[in-house]
Amino acid sequence: MTSSQSAMAQLNNGDRAVALLGGEATDANLRRYLHGIPGIDAVGLEQRAADLGSRSVKTSSKKWALDKIISLIDLTTLEGADTPGKVRSLVGKALTPDPGDPTCPRVAAVCVYGDLVPIAVEALGSAHAAGTATGISVAAVATAFPSGRASLAVKLADVGDAVTGGADEIDMVIDRGAFLSGRFGQVYDEIVAVKEACKRADGSHAHLKVILETGELNTYDNVRRASWLAILAGGDFIKTSTGKIAPAATLPVTLSMLEVVRDWKRLTGARVGVKPAGGIRTSKDAIKYVVSVAETVGEEWLTPSLFRFGASSLLNDVLMQRQKMTTGHYSGPDYVTID
Amino acid sequence: MTRLAVPKTYKLYIGGKFPRSESGRVYEIRSHGGDFLANAAEASRKDARDAVVAARSALGGWAGATAYNRGQVLYRIAELLEGRRVQFIDEIVQTEGVTPSAASAQVDEAIDRWVWYAGWADKYMQVAGNANPVSGPYFNISVPEPTGVVAIIAPQSGGSLLGLVSAVAPALVSGNTVVVVANETMPLSAVSLGEVLATSDVPGGVVNILTGSPAEMAPWLASHADVNAIDLVGAGDLDWVHLQIDAAETLTRVLQPENGPDAASPSLARIVAFTETKTIWHTKGLI
Repeated sequence: MTSSQSAMAQLNNGDRAVALLGGEATDANLRRYLHGIPGIDAVGLEQRAADLGSRSVKTSSKKWALDKIISLIDLTTLEGADTPGKVRSLVGKALTPDPGDPTCPRVAAVCVYGDLVPIAVEALGSAHAAGTATGISVAAVATAFPSGRASLAVKLADVGDAVTGGADEIDMVIDRGAFLSGRFGQVYDEIVAVKEACKRADGSHAHLKVILETGELNTYDNVRRASWLAILAGGDFIKTSTGKIAPAATLPVTLSMLEVVRDWKRLTGARVGVKPAGGIRTSKDAIKYVVSVAETVGEEWLTPSLFRFGASSLLNDVLMQRQKMTTGHYSGPDYVTID
Repeated sequence: MTRLAVPKTYKLYIGGKFPRSESGRVYEIRSHGGDFLANAAEASRKDARDAVVAARSALGGWAGATAYNRGQVLYRIAELLEGRRVQFIDEIVQTEGVTPSAASAQVDEAIDRWVWYAGWADKYMQVAGNANPVSGPYFNISVPEPTGVVAIIAPQSGGSLLGLVSAVAPALVSGNTVVVVANETMPLSAVSLGEVLATSDVPGGVVNILTGSPAEMAPWLASHADVNAIDLVGAGDLDWVHLQIDAAETLTRVLQPENGPDAASPSLARIVAFTETKTIWHTKGLI
């Protein structure tokens, strides 16, 4: 750690932002800072992502990657038609992804709407992480997910509900309208307020994932700015998408976010997580992300506290690939669950 | 000035598209006399896997179509084959070394066989199904339903077009989707049949045609857990006992190899072989 890094590390989040911005987090200061970040070479970024996606990962490396991917999955159900029964079966799948193979690892977390958090916590029982490093976490989407169009009071109440219900992680959405019209201060303040609402009575706080909804941000430069903004405001994770807007997670977008996280670590020594979500359906795709993480921020990021996949159908494909590697013949959808 | 010939690239037919083999491999197709005719794609096990995925995703639409509609679609293939007679005759003469009249007879028979099987689409249920006699105030009905994804090793001897048609058509009648490994040494008419299918009303993925080595692909198709039935009609020269054992591991229905000139001759049995019988009861009324 360099001396400037250690100086940064000693500051709390608000003071660190003030030190970096050279003043309070006002619209003007944030705009000056975010627009001062060098632009992205879109062609270069896409080329780099395509190159990272062309690595050949086979046999034992592939087996390792598949198990790693399972342990990084936030198993997600975010449908209007979700029921307690569906959440219970989701938790069952999170606990035992492949009932035919006890060596199969568990997923990192289940991700549900706020009102279903108590159901998920109850279904997990002793397997609930509840702040510990082992076990499965419960993540809740909050702040008027997926649009984020509600007053701050409503958003904070939404977050408070989920945290009280036992959520270990909160996935918030930023106000894309405010971001795109340049009201960076408003977005910043909202993230800070939500972070505050993540605090529990005992002083600990639920991890905050900030969803940028990159599909609505239009340019890579905006993605980079939104990533910096979310990290400056104190997000523990930056997440690509809600999964409700196309395009959701893409490799170039995730790569640009990983670069921000890498730069943030160089600048302050602190580690921020990344979660691509939506649209990652095959093991092949997921392995591309694993390669990108290892090559951009390093293998130390391939841990549930720093990298997650937000996915629902990905798990089945990984399980089928895993079965293929164990049995030596191709598996089929009859051998995994119907979700 | 002599004109430079434009040779055709014979590719695979998977999911309604014509990809090259994932492996990048090709192999030489030679005429009966030993002259070079074309390079055909040599499919790998991953092409077979992709074909099964395509067949699986096409199954719902094809099995869900009405029997009458399936019959029409199959009949339309015969119409298109008729329009391409000359091309098929030419390819058969080149690869099999038979006389044009023998080739013409083979094409005729292949077209007639399509029509014969197409006719069964809305009729086989009446023959294979049944209203079972029961001693109670309800109906008990047995209906045949398609098995699912059927892998076929096409006949490796005899007429290259007729053999393929005889193996593929009966599986399609009831609503199965098909992954077929064509005649290894004479695959040209199989690829051309793919082109006919692509321009007909058959949805992409219902028929998937692989060219290459049956010995290489058959074990992967037999053991594939997402293949519901395998027709080993052309696998007589392979270790088909082992293929059967592999298939049994995932409860795959198997049809054994057939040899000789009568191999895969048209029969209702070939249609019914790829169906599963569902038996249900229903009340007669609430009188």
